[in-house]
Amino acid sequence: MRALTWQGKHDVRVSTIPDPQIVNPQDAIVRVTSTAICGSDLHLYDHVIPRMKRGDVLGHEFMGEVVEVGRGLKNLQVGDKVVVPFVIACGSCFFCNRQQFAACDNSNPADAADVSELAYGYPMAGAFGYSHLTGGYAGGQAEYVRVPFADVGPLIVPPDIEDEKVLFLGDILPTGWMAAENCRIEGGDTVAVWGCGPVGLFAVQCAFLQGAERVIAIDHHPHRLELAKTLGAEVVDFEEVKLRQALAEMTGGIGPDACIDAVGMESHGLSIDNLVEEAKMAVKLGTDRLHVVRQAILACRKGGRLSIPGVYGGFGDKFPIGALMEKGLSVGSGQTHVQKYMKSLLDMVLDGKVDTTFLISHRLPLDDGPEAYKMFKEQQNDVTKVVLKPDASTIH
Amino acid sequence: MAEQTSRTMHDDAPLSKAKDPNATSLPAASVTTRPSDSIASETVTVNRPRQQLYEFWRKLENLPSFMDNVERIDVLDNQRSHWVVLGPAGRRVEWDSIIIDDRPGDRIAWTVDVDGDSSVQHSGSVTFKDATGKRGTTVTATIIYDPPGGAIGKAIAKLFQREPAIQVRRELRRFKQLMETGEIATAEPPDAAPRA
Repeated sequence: MRALTWQGKHDVRVSTIPDPQIVNPQDAIVRVTSTAICGSDLHLYDHVIPRMKRGDVLGHEFMGEVVEVGRGLKNLQVGDKVVVPFVIACGSCFFCNRQQFAACDNSNPADAADVSELAYGYPMAGAFGYSHLTGGYAGGQAEYVRVPFADVGPLIVPPDIEDEKVLFLGDILPTGWMAAENCRIEGGDTVAVWGCGPVGLFAVQCAFLQGAERVIAIDHHPHRLELAKTLGAEVVDFEEVKLRQALAEMTGGIGPDACIDAVGMESHGLSIDNLVEEAKMAVKLGTDRLHVVRQAILACRKGGRLSIPGVYGGFGDKFPIGALMEKGLSVGSGQTHVQKYMKSLLDMVLDGKVDTTFLISHRLPLDDGPEAYKMFKEQQNDVTKVVLKPDASTIH
Repeated sequence: MAEQTSRTMHDDAPLSKAKDPNATSLPAASVTTRPSDSIASETVTVNRPRQQLYEFWRKLENLPSFMDNVERIDVLDNQRSHWVVLGPAGRRVEWDSIIIDDRPGDRIAWTVDVDGDSSVQHSGSVTFKDATGKRGTTVTATIIYDPPGGAIGKAIAKLFQREPAIQVRRELRRFKQLMETGEIATAEPPDAAPRA
């Protein structure tokens, strides 16, 4: 089959590799009909997430048709149209029983789990197409994918629904929802969202759906700010204003009740702290850029909530622990427990409460993947979301 | 011994995790440890009743299904079994193991009956305790071994990831996966996959 493979920093190729096969009883094989490039794929593209190996198949946002099922599956059948969560979860362990699927104890292979146990204290769950920290599972930017624990993860969707309406149920829509949920929004709240990429834009929508009175969206790409505005957010261009002072004034001197960092470890900006950290990253000193998290901690109101859906992998310098503690902020974070949210979000999509298609800017054949990565990286204003089609004849 | 008793009065941490290796000793170990011995001990919580876990483990033919480096176990009688194991650097080693303590639903302890190759000398135990909060069973596996070639041998074994501490940790993870989900997670294609 054809698949997009990681070959090194800024080097993604279309490779022909063996088709995946059923390995374990609860596996399924999915023929991919649509797959997207995620902002977090750019962290791999830029090689700021460790433990990638040449030839790894990329992609963790995908959907398609079940073409083969293992003997241990009870729910899933050949022919089902499914959206697959990026997190692989067993459904049986302590964490899955508490719906903390992204903390699953059993989906990361025992040998691969050593690294994240060393780095984080306990091993991470498995995930598709996202470095050997999360198991080294082949990803979804391919014609076919092997999906473990397929009765737990894949969500069966109506056969006649357009892919693009449901594709994002596998990652970024639940991630936006959980980002808002971690804000524990109360009536009258103002929520500030750093980053108007796909997760940030979904976080804007979800914050309103969860009862926020106002949402302030922050970015520097005019088109992305425009999209946030169409969703009802007030927008701020951080290149044009003194951000913390602007946020204070916009909230009557109180500060936003909750702040969402939908940017993560590769923040932009010409501030001193960011430039120093960018230089350190370039020489592999292993620090994440904390610019957004610092701003959010300072901008947030006293006793407010900080939500971090943006991806960080390592260590941060100059983390303002004093401000966090003295202001009494609470923090919600983590990879998304996708399986927990998919069903209710599908209902919201079917009811027309959430618009999932507005952010798609490009629809391309899988074979254009290498160019798509480059565009997504270099033209962030215009390229908001790329959907790839392994079968190019289905692009319309 | 007096020193260890006083340690436990001040400190509830497992003795196998003491910073001073000479201060460690297996609680209720049925074997004598020597100063050169190393101890590897790991614990997982498995969301299953302890009797079920004990029975799976006690049927020794089951162990190669999650012990990656154990090729085969032949059960000789109720106490004795013959093990064929892939050791450091691909070397195949064999030994006879004797169960020296067997308490159903609670504990299995064994030692190696060495008549020749002392580098495989080790003893060990696996205990099954009810976890708090109805979380299943706390499973602790402990191996006491004499690292071949002493400290250097241990370092080399670690390089090949056949060092007992790493091995025990991975085996317990796979045991948990198998008991909780019925399969062992792998990202490898079928011909390279562990047995499920």
